[in-house]
Amino acid sequence: MCLAIPARITKLEESQMAEVDILGVSRHVSLAMVPEAKLDDYALIHAGFAIQVVDEAYALETLEILKSVDGLLAAEAELLEGEAS
Amino acid sequence: MIDLSGFRDAEIARGLIDRLNVVATKPVKFMEVCGTHTVSIAKHGLREIMPDTLTLLSGPGCPVCVTSNADIDTAIEFAKQPGVIVTTFGDMMKVPGSYSSMSQEKAAGGDIRIVYSPLDALNIAEKNPDNKVVFIGVGFETTAPIIASTIEQAQRRGLDNFLIYSAHKTVPEALRVLVNDPDVQIGGFILPGHVSTIIGLEPYRFLAEEYGVPSVITGFEPVDVLQGIWMLAEQVADGRAEVEIAYKRGVMAEGNPTAIALIEKIFEPCDAEWRGIGVIPGTGLKIREEYGAHDAMRVIPVTPPPPKETKGCQCGEVLRGVILPYECKLFAKGCTPEHAIGPCMVSSEGSCAAYYRYTDHGRS
Ligand code: SF4
Repeated sequence: MCLAIPARITKLEESQMAEVDILGVSRHVSLAMVPEAKLDDYALIHAGFAIQVVDEAYALETLEILKSVDGLLAAEAELLEGEAS
Repeated sequence: MIDLSGFRDAEIARGLIDRLNVVATKPVKFMEVCGTHTVSIAKHGLREIMPDTLTLLSGPGCPVCVTSNADIDTAIEFAKQPGVIVTTFGDMMKVPGSYSSMSQEKAAGGDIRIVYSPLDALNIAEKNPDNKVVFIGVGFETTAPIIASTIEQAQRRGLDNFLIYSAHKTVPEALRVLVNDPDVQIGGFILPGHVSTIIGLEPYRFLAEEYGVPSVITGFEPVDVLQGIWMLAEQVADGRAEVEIAYKRGVMAEGNPTAIALIEKIFEPCDAEWRGIGVIPGTGLKIREEYGAHDAMRVIPVTPPPPKETKGCQCGEVLRGVILPYECKLFAKGCTPEHAIGPCMVSSEGSCAAYYRYTDHGRS
């Protein structure tokens, strides 16, 4: 029920409304809660309102960190082996 | 197009699971407090691939499930008043109250309409000036500011026939009740992503500071969920207790200040009854007197018949994480999504429904 889906803002409209594209479907949503939102921003949409502008940089940074988890693990395994011997 | 496919990447997921197997050496129970997490964990089979030391419990994170029978009975009572149109999110329709559900009332002729957004309900009010339109406000902090913004708009547009029945609940203080529950003993919280989008990190701080319980705000893709669990396990292994964010693309530490201000402008805290948990002080949201013209309870003060609980349904224990859904005697026997006895089986985000749909439990 608290699900919010990322959508791209495709058109700014009157009275803090905007047209967004949610997975290919266009909808009108309110920007009352994200006054900073700009055209082409991605925002999380919940029940007809944008509730947060999605930070793409953060998304990509998180993925990079997660991708290196494998590396971290290898390093830790070596450490453990080192301790055991 | 923003590319989030990495959050479903099997390779990254495997890396996280390997890592979890290394760090999760102590037996510990983590609870997810969001219905969307419950579904994601069940759907992707994450419970089954956890290290043996790690137990995942589901908590009271489905707003529909924690709505009390009394609130549902009240919604139904509104629908029985002449000239009243009741509007609601679709997931509330089939939830049984003490005597009936909104979908039964609709079949019996009540004017109950499903809307996607409270703004749709506002438009119904504009088109039907001779009717009163009551929107059943159910949901956590994710939804409350949306309702607040709609009340503000109703006032601005002079739509006095638009009313809200506020059965909203706020999450953090409910977590205090769970940490204090000797039957459960939670070692870490997988905190809800989109509730936290609104409220940020601060309101959870007491979990770490007063109770020493690690807590991580977590997203909803399988890799997000695994990352949240991994960060919790790291805290446990290091003997740390902090509130961290594993969902930085959707949650700022300060939350959404505009939304927080909206909640505070329109609502004030009140006590709220949670199904299965009871009354938790300060976890409800009552419409402030200045906006009383849009408060359904003030404008149409209905008195539903005294509520009663459904016999045999153990939703209460399920919502507190005391039992798992399949430990309820009725699970998959008397109670299935088609013939649900309790809300945890009705709601698509209910724990019982998630277990029924995505696991083999009780269906062999
Ligand atoms: S299986 Fe059905 S009866 Fe049992 S707790 Fe869940 S919803 Fe209630």
